Amino acid sequence: MVVGESKPIAEILEMLKDCKKVVLAGCKGCVTVCNVGGEKEVGILASELRLARKAAGKELAVLEYTCERQCDPEYIEALDDLVKDADAVLSIACSVGPQYVAARYPYVPVFPGINTTFIGGAVEHGVWKEYCQACGNCILGDTGGLCPIARCAKTLLNGPCGGSSGGKCEVGKGAVDCVWHLIYERLKNLGQLKKLEEPMLYKNWATSRDGGPRTMIREELRK
Amino acid sequence: MTMTAGSNLEKILTSGQKAVTCECGPPRGADAEHFRHKASYLKGICEAVNITDNQTAVVRFCSMAASRIMMDLGMEPVMQMVTRDMNRIALQSNVLGAAALGIKNLLCLTGDHNSFGDHPQAKNVHDLDSIQLLHCIKTMRDDGKMISGTEVQGRPAMFIGAAANPFADPFEFRVVRMAKKIAAGAQFIQTQCIYDMDRFAQFMQMANDMGLTEKCYIMAGITPFKSVGMANYMKKFVPGLVVPDSYIQRLRGVPKDKQGAEGIKIAVEQIQQCLEMKGIAGIHLMAIEWEERAPEILKAAGLLPRPKVD
Ligand code: SF4
Ligand code: SF4
Repeated sequence: MVVGESKPIAEILEMLKDCKKVVLAGCKGCVTVCNVGGEKEVGILASELRLARKAAGKELAVLEYTCERQCDPEYIEALDDLVKDADAVLSIACSVGPQYVAARYPYVPVFPGINTTFIGGAVEHGVWKEYCQACGNCILGDTGGLCPIARCAKTLLNGPCGGSSGGKCEVGKGAVDCVWHLIYERLKNLGQLKKLEEPMLYKNWATSRDGGPRTMIREELRK
Repeated sequence: MTMTAGSNLEKILTSGQKAVTCECGPPRGADAEHFRHKASYLKGICEAVNITDNQTAVVRFCSMAASRIMMDLGMEPVMQMVTRDMNRIALQSNVLGAAALGIKNLLCLTGDHNSFGDHPQAKNVHDLDSIQLLHCIKTMRDDGKMISGTEVQGRPAMFIGAAANPFADPFEFRVVRMAKKIAAGAQFIQTQCIYDMDRFAQFMQMANDMGLTEKCYIMAGITPFKSVGMANYMKKFVPGLVVPDSYIQRLRGVPKDKQGAEGIKIAVEQIQQCLEMKGIAGIHLMAIEWEERAPEILKAAGLLPRPKVD
């Protein structure tokens, strides 16, 4: 899923400093699962904003709504009535949300209330890790099911590098696993260490964002 | 092994004599005089001098310019290239440019991560890794083709090197990774600084058993300790480096003003031990910001004067 983290409240207050009335839009998708942008967080953030602005002597009206999804234009429509007389929309969906909001309401400013951080998942309660960089040409089949593009600090295709020590990456002060060490151990368990003997050659990054912003068209679904 | 670039380093190694390389890092500014001064200590005491490429991800003047300056001083550079800061377009362009300037030795590295350097907010590149860069340069030289398949107009005649770290993990894989580098194009290897002699001997044994020392020249990396402080720092903070306590105790056992001399003594012993190992083709002496002491180390190790080849 897409993982995000809340922006500091001070940053959000600064963005909204000229507003009197805003729509705070959450999303029931990924950001609900990672506890950053669902119905509950909409409620909490709305109260925090109201309180802070009240304390500052400049009240803010916050209209709360949590969309089914914000990564789907048809669910943005549900905001139409609320947005009508609002000064701005504050979206706490992943960053697709604010952009769909911007596309639907050309004359209403939109602000992101969270930082969209990565494609990943929870490894324990309250801890999330990055697992994929959406390179557009998945090589997990060659690397024991573990992604060196997202999880190796240097995106190596022929690791582990000389900085790998005791299973940990040279980056992260001992807190980050060396994914190439994990790949090595896993291929050893699978009896596939031979795979690591041949140099893995150049990756085609054109399928990644390096080829320009990506659009995917599936003709069979368009009809 | 057939001659590819005809550099001084390649000639000495091919002749079967023990080769010596040193290292010199360009300064963090445009002060070429400072660089010339440091480099001058290394003149005549080694076959070639490695010019680091923004080592530890700290901005310095570029390795290609420094390599050229070194040539103007009548010395031979080993130009280092890291894949951290440039994509395949810039890397190939620099290989061709270096060849055009007459540079004949290249060392391919991935480089330290930018988070260690003076610009941790930089965007890193890592389009290629060191193994792919080796393959790329070899293909340009031997097949006259770029990564894209485009024909190279004038092939870069390069003697191609790589680094190996016998002290990183997993240990069993280190020699396999070196073999991959050799398969990809490395003709010579310079190792990470060696302090743990037992582990290095084991590494060399594996390299010999796999026949790697027949295919590639392996040069043992030596860095003298300037003080017990430096030894402690290297032990604690340099990723993938093993410093046995015995050296730290030895340095601690002498007065502060004699620690440098003791460090040099240790380095000389290490060089001699390495030279006795089967498959060692030479020594890569990295006297970091201590270039002026390199001559006495090499002299004490019996590596001076350097042999001549034509
Ligand atoms: S190889 Fe690419 S698509 Fe597959 S997990 Fe890694 S980044 Fe994602
Ligand atoms: S230590 Fe491992 S994960 Fe970290 S950069 Fe090196 S190979 Fe990649």
